Amino acid sequence: MGDSEATLAVHEPGLKHHFDDSAQQFQSSTLGMWVFLVTELMFFGGMFGGYTVYRNMYPDAFASTSHFMNVPIGAINTGVLIFSSFTMVMAVRSAQLGQKKVLIAFLIFTLLLGCLFLTLKYVEYHEKWVDHHIPGPGFQYADTRYFHQAQILFFLYFAMTGMHAIHMIVGVGMLIVLISMAARNRFTQAWYTPVEMIGLYWHFVDIVWIFLFPLLYLIGHTK
Amino acid sequence: MSTYLPFARTEARTNYLNADYGWKSWLFTTDHKRIALLYLFSITAFFFVGGAFAVGMRVNLLTPEGIFAHDTYNKLFTMHGIIMVFFFLVPSIPATLGNFLVPLMIGARDLAFPRINLLSWYLYMIGGAIALTAIVKGGVDTGWTFYAPFSSTYSNTHVILTAIGVFVSGFSSILTGLNFIVTIHTMRAPGMTWGRLPLFVWGHYATSLIQVLGTPVIAITLVLLGLERVLHAGIFDPAVGGDPVLFQHLFWFYSHPAVYIMILPGMAVISEIIPCFSRKALFGYTFVAISSIAIAVLGFLVWGHHLFVAGQSMYASMVFSLLSFLVAIPSAIKVFNWTATMYKGSISYETPMLYAFGFIGLFTIGGLTGLFLATLAIDVHVTDTYFVIAHFHYIMVGGMVMAYLGGIHFWFPKISGRMYPEGWARFAALIVFVGFNLTFFPQFILGYQGMPRRYAHYPPEFQVLNVMSTAGASILAVGYLLPIIYLGWAWRKGPKAPQNPWNAKGLEWEQSPTPPPTYNFETQPVVTEPAYNYSGESEEVGIG
Ligand code: HEM
Ligand SMILES: [Cu+2]
Repeated sequence: MGDSEATLAVHEPGLKHHFDDSAQQFQSSTLGMWVFLVTELMFFGGMFGGYTVYRNMYPDAFASTSHFMNVPIGAINTGVLIFSSFTMVMAVRSAQLGQKKVLIAFLIFTLLLGCLFLTLKYVEYHEKWVDHHIPGPGFQYADTRYFHQAQILFFLYFAMTGMHAIHMIVGVGMLIVLISMAARNRFTQAWYTPVEMIGLYWHFVDIVWIFLFPLLYLIGHTK
Repeated sequence: MSTYLPFARTEARTNYLNADYGWKSWLFTTDHKRIALLYLFSITAFFFVGGAFAVGMRVNLLTPEGIFAHDTYNKLFTMHGIIMVFFFLVPSIPATLGNFLVPLMIGARDLAFPRINLLSWYLYMIGGAIALTAIVKGGVDTGWTFYAPFSSTYSNTHVILTAIGVFVSGFSSILTGLNFIVTIHTMRAPGMTWGRLPLFVWGHYATSLIQVLGTPVIAITLVLLGLERVLHAGIFDPAVGGDPVLFQHLFWFYSHPAVYIMILPGMAVISEIIPCFSRKALFGYTFVAISSIAIAVLGFLVWGHHLFVAGQSMYASMVFSLLSFLVAIPSAIKVFNWTATMYKGSISYETPMLYAFGFIGLFTIGGLTGLFLATLAIDVHVTDTYFVIAHFHYIMVGGMVMAYLGGIHFWFPKISGRMYPEGWARFAALIVFVGFNLTFFPQFILGYQGMPRRYAHYPPEFQVLNVMSTAGASILAVGYLLPIIYLGWAWRKGPKAPQNPWNAKGLEWEQSPTPPPTYNFETQPVVTEPAYNYSGESEEVGIG
């Protein structure tokens, strides 16, 4: 937007006309992203709240359902995401240094890791589908004592990991945008704000998973 | 500053209204002032849709047997509540006056994220369109509170569609709040310190905090509700081990703070009007500023007062009761400081000031009855009666809508460049005040006598008070229609406004032309004095 206007008034790359200078613009973008992440935190917070309530209400049913979580896949996915956070950091760093090729390489690397996560997630969901562990009319549960409670817990499992997966998909989409922007030489050492912002978002989504994995897969697993 | 865009000074000055014409220049604008007007027109439309449902309810309640079927009546109060809360009152002042004025008041050229600002309006409109679709398809009957398991399991109306509408419009509210927070932090003009910010800006800052922290929670609550309605996994259904009270907790975790989204901006407007028409600095600036933040923070800790009879633990209720009393303190600080500002001021009675008087009186009644409700034993008697209805209408309609109208009149010259007819405006303000009290005061008595809310029929002994209430509502309707007519007229034909018709303080009046140019100021504004420096002292005044 307003590229022609902006160049009329200023020469700093990427500076919008309503800001005084790049420093102010960068400060605004960063603060905006952090505020957005706070809203995300509250969004997931609602579900973590519900999770806490039901876990305390039905600890036995919970222990029983956690046996059906695929811990190996969950663990691999945790590793994949932590690694992708690293590649994202490296992408930001290369943007900072103005290394276009390295930047694109790391962005693609991050993108692939994101896709790997989603693929593994799909495998897990498919497993649940085969086992009739998807809440709803087709739900079945081996231990009939816990039929209803287990269904609620699987509901939470799908709501929480599903919301997380949606955020991953959005992140993957934004990585594609970043890659194409980088390929079109849109970033300079002086202006690479989008890379930095998407980086923040990516780390946030990873951190949510770092909480989801132990809470949904590990707790009660040994009982 | 070096990058400031110069403006050509021609004799017919270009301003944000005549800078560009055609529908594209409006629908694709990123100018915060034009977006404010887009919001103004759309929320006004929603206000009258919500009002139409209210008319239906009041007509039904003229007689004990009513005229509508029970199901229809359920839909009327639900759709009234949903439209009024989510599509009118939450965006009302922030998205219109706030959008228009926050950048002007802090000396910025626009909000930090102009395109996100436009996106927020589109989200609002899409959410509104979805909710209206649900209404046209037959409506919803869950109450604006969407309580489960009725909403998740039993209701056979368009719950999901409505919830999607509310969900989408929630993001417009989040984005407005995010934009304000960032703008207020990073875009203040030189000299505009936090201690010199107009209280309008402080109020909007506090509101934005709530929008950003609270709205995501209702969003996820509605997602869970929608999923449950599709899957019937039982998460909110007590019959299979789900917990309906959890829904209420999640709902009120947003919706109690949200009631402060619906009053803090009103307080923000009043804090501007009163010093101007008393020709005095606002008494206790620091206290009023901090009290906004205190309300925002405390507002997150009291949601349990909506669950006193929902099976919440007695000890939790006692804590929530105590915390609810505490919210009254910052609210009272504001009321005391406004009155202290007027003390020995040279008061004049222009329309905005009349609305401000109305606000103080009605908000006080609404707030004090809130304390009745926060008292456990009294609440058991009056919960789910018309007493609660009267309580929150005194605040939301008597407070917020009055402040909204007061603000619209106060800044009408700024927005339109024209003066409104003072005589008509005072007359309308009076009508609104009389109509409002006649509508809602009887409801306190009805509630106290035990008339429950949300029923289409009632015992005959309540009829007199109900007829009074309906009569008041028709007066109130006239009071709301009048401004539409004379403001619409004044927009085209009213006398041209000078830059600062009220001799008010503040960057928006003193340093920006009326109506403002697209980037608000012709030269970079610099602030050298505290807010509300009506006495002209150059010294910075401390606390008090
Ligand atoms: C002094 C501060 C306030 C206190 C102590 C207070 C207290 C209460 C209490 C205890 C209830 C629950 C009554 C019941 O359901 O039995 C209530 C209901 C309500 N209050 Fe307030 N309130 C205050 C301010 C406000 C404000 C500022 C607003 C709106 C702008 C508001 C809007 C509402 C609404 C909408 C309800 C009813 C919700 C429903 O059930 O549909 N209150 N209030
Ligand atoms: Cu409340």
